[in-house]
Amino acid sequence: MDTKFIIALLILAIPAFNFLLLGLGGVKMSHRTAGLIGTIGLTVVAVLSYYTAITYFFDYGCMEGAYQPVIGPFPDEANPAFHWLQFTDHLTLDLGIWLDPISVMMLVVISTVSLMVHVYSNGYMHGERGFQRYFAFLSLFTFSMLGLVVATNIFQMYIFWELVGVSSYLLIGFYYTKPEAVLAAKKAFIVTRFADLGFLIGILILSYYTNTFDFAVLTDVNGPVLTSPSGATFLGISVFSWATALLFMGGAGKSAMMPLHIWLPDAMEGPTPVSALIHAATMVVAGVFLVARLFPLYFILTPEVLTGIAYLAAATSLYAAVVACVQTDIKRVLAFSTISQIAYMLVALGVSGLGGHEGLGYMASMFHLFTHAFFKALLFLCAGAVIHAIGSNEMDRMGNLRKYMPITHITFLIACLAIAGIPPFSGFFSKDEILVAAFEKDKLIFFCQYFVAGLTAFYMFRLYYGIFWGTERDYGKHLPHEAPLNMSAPLIFLTVLTCCTGLLPFNELITSDGRPFDLHTEWGIALPSIAVGVLGIVVATVLYRRPNPLPQRMADSVRTLHRAAYRRFYFDEIYMFITKNVIFRRICSPVAWFDRHIIDGFMDFQAWWSNALSFRIRALQSGSLQFYVGVFIFSILVIAGLLIAFVF
Amino acid sequence: MNFLYSFVLVPLVLMMVIAVLRDVRTIRRVMAVGSSVQLVLSFVLLAWFLSLRALGVQDEMLFRSDLVWYPSLNIALSFGVDGISVLMIVLSAIIVFTGSFTSWAINEKAKDYFLWFLMLSIGVFGFFITVDLFAMFMFYEVALIPMYLLIGVWGTGRKEYSAMKLTLMLMGGSAFLLLGILGIYFSSGHTTMNLLEIAKLHIPVDAQRWCFPITFLGFGVLGALFPFHTWSPDGHASAPTAVSMLHAGVLMKLGGYGCLRVAIYLMPEGAQMYTTLFLVLTGISVIYGALGAIAQTDLKYINAYSSVSHCGMVLFAILMFNTTAMTGAVMQMLSHGLMTALFFCLIGGIYGRTHTREISQMGGLARIMPFMCVCWVVAAMANLGLPGLSGFVSEMNIFVGAFQHPDTFHRVITLIACCSIVVTAVYQLRVVGKIHFGEVVNEHHRALTDAAWYERIATVTLILFIAAIGCFPFFTVDIIHGSLGEIVSKFPALPF
Repeated sequence: MDTKFIIALLILAIPAFNFLLLGLGGVKMSHRTAGLIGTIGLTVVAVLSYYTAITYFFDYGCMEGAYQPVIGPFPDEANPAFHWLQFTDHLTLDLGIWLDPISVMMLVVISTVSLMVHVYSNGYMHGERGFQRYFAFLSLFTFSMLGLVVATNIFQMYIFWELVGVSSYLLIGFYYTKPEAVLAAKKAFIVTRFADLGFLIGILILSYYTNTFDFAVLTDVNGPVLTSPSGATFLGISVFSWATALLFMGGAGKSAMMPLHIWLPDAMEGPTPVSALIHAATMVVAGVFLVARLFPLYFILTPEVLTGIAYLAAATSLYAAVVACVQTDIKRVLAFSTISQIAYMLVALGVSGLGGHEGLGYMASMFHLFTHAFFKALLFLCAGAVIHAIGSNEMDRMGNLRKYMPITHITFLIACLAIAGIPPFSGFFSKDEILVAAFEKDKLIFFCQYFVAGLTAFYMFRLYYGIFWGTERDYGKHLPHEAPLNMSAPLIFLTVLTCCTGLLPFNELITSDGRPFDLHTEWGIALPSIAVGVLGIVVATVLYRRPNPLPQRMADSVRTLHRAAYRRFYFDEIYMFITKNVIFRRICSPVAWFDRHIIDGFMDFQAWWSNALSFRIRALQSGSLQFYVGVFIFSILVIAGLLIAFVF
Repeated sequence: MNFLYSFVLVPLVLMMVIAVLRDVRTIRRVMAVGSSVQLVLSFVLLAWFLSLRALGVQDEMLFRSDLVWYPSLNIALSFGVDGISVLMIVLSAIIVFTGSFTSWAINEKAKDYFLWFLMLSIGVFGFFITVDLFAMFMFYEVALIPMYLLIGVWGTGRKEYSAMKLTLMLMGGSAFLLLGILGIYFSSGHTTMNLLEIAKLHIPVDAQRWCFPITFLGFGVLGALFPFHTWSPDGHASAPTAVSMLHAGVLMKLGGYGCLRVAIYLMPEGAQMYTTLFLVLTGISVIYGALGAIAQTDLKYINAYSSVSHCGMVLFAILMFNTTAMTGAVMQMLSHGLMTALFFCLIGGIYGRTHTREISQMGGLARIMPFMCVCWVVAAMANLGLPGLSGFVSEMNIFVGAFQHPDTFHRVITLIACCSIVVTAVYQLRVVGKIHFGEVVNEHHRALTDAAWYERIATVTLILFIAAIGCFPFFTVDIIHGSLGEIVSKFPALPF
């Protein structure tokens, strides 16, 4: 087998092995050993991922001027008849490895953030019950997520997609004695499962009309799928539109697009490092990754679905940004900010074209995915440090923390500047490209995203001032203190990444067709976007830097809107109504009643009447000789009468 | 001497041995050894079967032997197995093995209990190794009678009612079945009861028109086909743990296996006539069972309705008449057998400790019984189709296979059946969240113990097989593919 595949398999095998080791043997280990095993394993994975990325980009990936996917090691050339699961003659499921620019980039993102989270968790989860279990689940998640991005076919992706979902379930519900955590975990799983139903049906439709699961065939621009697609329709809509829209439903579930976003804010019940890893940097971008992976299919066969995605994402980003402005739980602010930023990435994909400068949106989306992963993970880890110090998520319990936590303060500030799109931090570069791409395609989306950029700066700095400035609270005897080294080191490392990833030449490495293209900063768009960001910061500074009555007065003036936004525009209530009142009370309970009383009642009725009938018949066998003789004579007379009447 | 005889003879010998023993502890040990021997034998059979196939033996059934039993009616004790029945035998051996360990704590009339339990296993093994319609029917009945006594005597709750209901409904099913078998025998020219021989003859289409539905229904009752499934919730709820395991794990598979091997295989034209009707019924089973499970509050009822849903999937897939879906059906039988046995084993363990099965009466068991909780979560994940466990591969075979059907109606109903994966997630996670997570509801529960060694053996064995099927599906799929050829070739009209 090729070295590159051995390395890639190792990248997957190490976390899988760690999961089994910590899951089965964790009880017998000390916390220290378990943490060490997990962290060392992830360090090796990270090193191997960097090696894979470097060799891919600078050694074997580029052929004839374009980055090509490298696929292996299954189906094995030596043993072509072997398939992991053979459905039909042409539909087979093989588990393989697919290395191309975006999957390699994802390997780097996942292993880096996961490593940081592992290191950080050693401090954050110190002394927690179930420490070993926590690291086992982290390993399971890392394994599944890595498997998802290197999938060679859509079914393999679905397999890891589900595994990612379940590891997310286990980690959100890590504090399993807390009812909120259990409910949040269940909600996350069921909402994404519902979305995955769309994914599965999409796969079924797509495979039926294309006879393949392989990405290589599905996204081959010159291949049979894209050049001569089946013209079949269902209910007047092309089957491919159905398929891609349903596939995106799966993506929308994982990436928390409206209206399937409701699980993500609740998922913050999990330990904060988990939120940083799963619900900020990696799993939630799975939907973006899915669309990017199938981009040629979306763009060529079903451009209308792609446009729909762009509008949906734009609406989501606006919605999430508005809601983020009024939340008081710092993790929830970050959760809505995540929704909004992921929507940015999908907007970029939605307005993108294929090839060269047309594919700017695609590249911008991947760029933003990359930079966002680091600064959002950083924000979450900083929030974790704050929560660790204060013991609460609520903003009104915080204030003036910059005095006590200088490192967290500085790193958080840099991350805020990055997400607000202020140069020279990474968020500026990627967001700018998205705005340029939107500007070239659709002005409405462009202005919407412009506005959202301003809102983003505003709510992030509202958060920043709320935590680190403002009134000093009564912190009791134990004053907040800076996080220990194993927590602050990841913060510093991620800050470094936040500062410098913006300079990476994404236009040469990760493009829609694998070929590099020229890119210049469009100052005509960049300058106003900086201005909008600065404006948002200034407004937040005026309102929140020092305690003043202005924010309250503003909230009062738009009380209805404020309350609606605070209640997240009642999405949860609507879902609650549908599940509790409609599905449970109007469907499930009646079904159960019907089964017990109608179906089973009918069966019991059969038993009842046979019983009753036999009771009656029993009376005939009375043992009385006179009665028997009477019946005997009566019967003879009847038979004789019948014979006389009909025979003679 | 045919190797297959050992599957009937070993339980018989065990019965004789146990009949003369008095000490409960010795009986348990004998049971443990005996069921382990059976488990080993079943794997020997599997290995032997595979090596024969590898050597190029192409016969449809291997290990064939015939003993003429009642010549004037052409009844013979004909034995023979193909890949599907070998897998079913392995499944039965696993369930009997784990069931014997789960029954470890039974003290009341233990001797009689194990005697009837062995009788039940004779019926089950006998059914899977015969190829003679009459002998199949006989073994089916042999499996049924002990069930009545096991539930009626060792059960809990409304045990007499449930035992009677279960027996009467299944007997009703077997009355249909007997009619169907006689119909097949006479319309195929009353020369043989051997189903391999009958398969070569042609049953007139007119006869198939009435024989197929009653045969399918007869087996379908056992496979919990809507609306003849209501014996299942009551029966499972009252049955002792190991009997629930054996019943849901193996006995319900007799239904699916019979539908495939007798109804569909012998009467393909009849099958095609009634596809729509039975697809609708099985489709209802799938969704209706799952929705019904959401509203239940008793653990055994939840699992029974879940079984209705999953077994409905088996019959649903069989009716698609293509290799992929049928492979999925057989895998679903294996997978459902293992995971439902695991569930019943755990429910039995929890009920034995907490003396309740109401989910509202329990909470926070994860901290009290961590081992049971982990096993439960694995079972729930297998049930809702998590990749890496057996439920996923079988359901995906069914869905992909069913969706390959060229007819739009079949595809639409497949999509509806797909929805069950969400509903399954709802009721499984609801139970896990209620009973294992959260706060401890009943303070007395804090004093309870985790799984005992015999329960650990049972659950770990089941989980290992569930994971093995899920991680290495190609192994099972190959065996099943090799055996479905004959059956699928009866349906040449479908482009595939």
